[in-house]
Amino acid sequence: MTIVQLFDALLALLLLWLAWRAVTDAVLFRAVVSFVALGLVLALTWFRLQAPDLALAEAAVGSGLTGALMLAALRRRSDRSSPTPEGPVKGAALRQLPGWVLAFVIFGALSWAVLSLPIPAQGLTEEAHASLEKSGVTNPVTAVLLNYRSYDTLLEIGVLLLAVVAVWSLRVAPRLRPGSPSGPLLEGLLRFLIPLLIITGGYLLWIGAFAPGGAFQGGALLGGACVLVLLGGLTVGPMTGRIVLLRTGLWAGLAVFIAVGLGAMTSDRWFLEYPVERAKLLILLIETAALISIGLTLGCLFYGGRPESGSSDRSSP
Amino acid sequence: MNGAPLELFLLVGAALFACGAAGVFRDAEPLRRVIAVNIMGSGVFLLLVAIAARGGGDRPDPVPHAMVLTGIVVAVCATGVALVLADLSGGEEGDDDDGERS
Repeated sequence: MTIVQLFDALLALLLLWLAWRAVTDAVLFRAVVSFVALGLVLALTWFRLQAPDLALAEAAVGSGLTGALMLAALRRRSDRSSPTPEGPVKGAALRQLPGWVLAFVIFGALSWAVLSLPIPAQGLTEEAHASLEKSGVTNPVTAVLLNYRSYDTLLEIGVLLLAVVAVWSLRVAPRLRPGSPSGPLLEGLLRFLIPLLIITGGYLLWIGAFAPGGAFQGGALLGGACVLVLLGGLTVGPMTGRIVLLRTGLWAGLAVFIAVGLGAMTSDRWFLEYPVERAKLLILLIETAALISIGLTLGCLFYGGRPESGSSDRSSP
Repeated sequence: MNGAPLELFLLVGAALFACGAAGVFRDAEPLRRVIAVNIMGSGVFLLLVAIAARGGGDRPDPVPHAMVLTGIVVAVCATGVALVLADLSGGEEGDDDDGERS
């Protein structure tokens, strides 16, 4: 057994074990931590499966931000209610039996289905690479996302906006715990980290045209910066017109995307059919707007509600 | 293909999906269900990426990669909304408990 095979086996075992812990651990906090660790191991797995774009996104979004959201929810939960004893309930094992039987059936059916797929898989690899010259970018994943199938991505940006609308409609943001003073050390670290995150986000956006990266990975870093701003208590002053700025930022991605799509129609083309010679510029334009929207959306999801008018607002990056 | 045992990862993907599915039915605690649904999603992503790597040649299929990238971002949005909903429903239950005690 070579070292690479050993690594693969280790990855597979870790994935299974962490998923098991995340589902079955009696202590909720440990389950959340297992889930975050699962995301990091998945990021390694993406790298192993030649999907570095996904590795970046998984580490930042799937593991990092989802984990932050869950931990924040966990804290709100423990703030609100006294911890209930999570001991074994009588007959719990028997009650869970149908669930596990169902899981086993699903596992069997799904494995059979995916293993009986033809090899080599009939994909669109050749087509995707053949048209790469005309797409304006050289990273095939970015080409799929923002050129071949940009309609999907347009709708995805719409889903992001919808999520914020849903969260804002549901409630006013709960007050961040006031009794957490950010010491000078934390503040100093954040003042160093946040610009770094913003620069790295921009770098990922730019490099996404020809290497792993792109608006989603960059936006995730921007979202991380927003979370740090919120956690560090670096909110500035009473909000005066900032909410308008925030709303504009949230809308920007979708608005620019639609505008570019409609713009393409003016010169006798289909919706979102970019002219070949200007594809790179248009993709960069869309991605920049999307980057800002994605970052702000993720920050707003972490904020967990609409900003209360009249109170302090967070600084927008 | 760089020799990654794709059948192994396909099986692990199916197992993650099944494990998450069991978790959804196992526990009524909202946060646990959100975790379980996320694990189901991760299982689906693993299946897609393993299938993408199966295309033969040394280049994986970029289309499933783009789908998974979209999926990861949509999953975090769904998680955000679900957690707010869980918070709200949990709050109401807590109030009910208080009412019963008093």
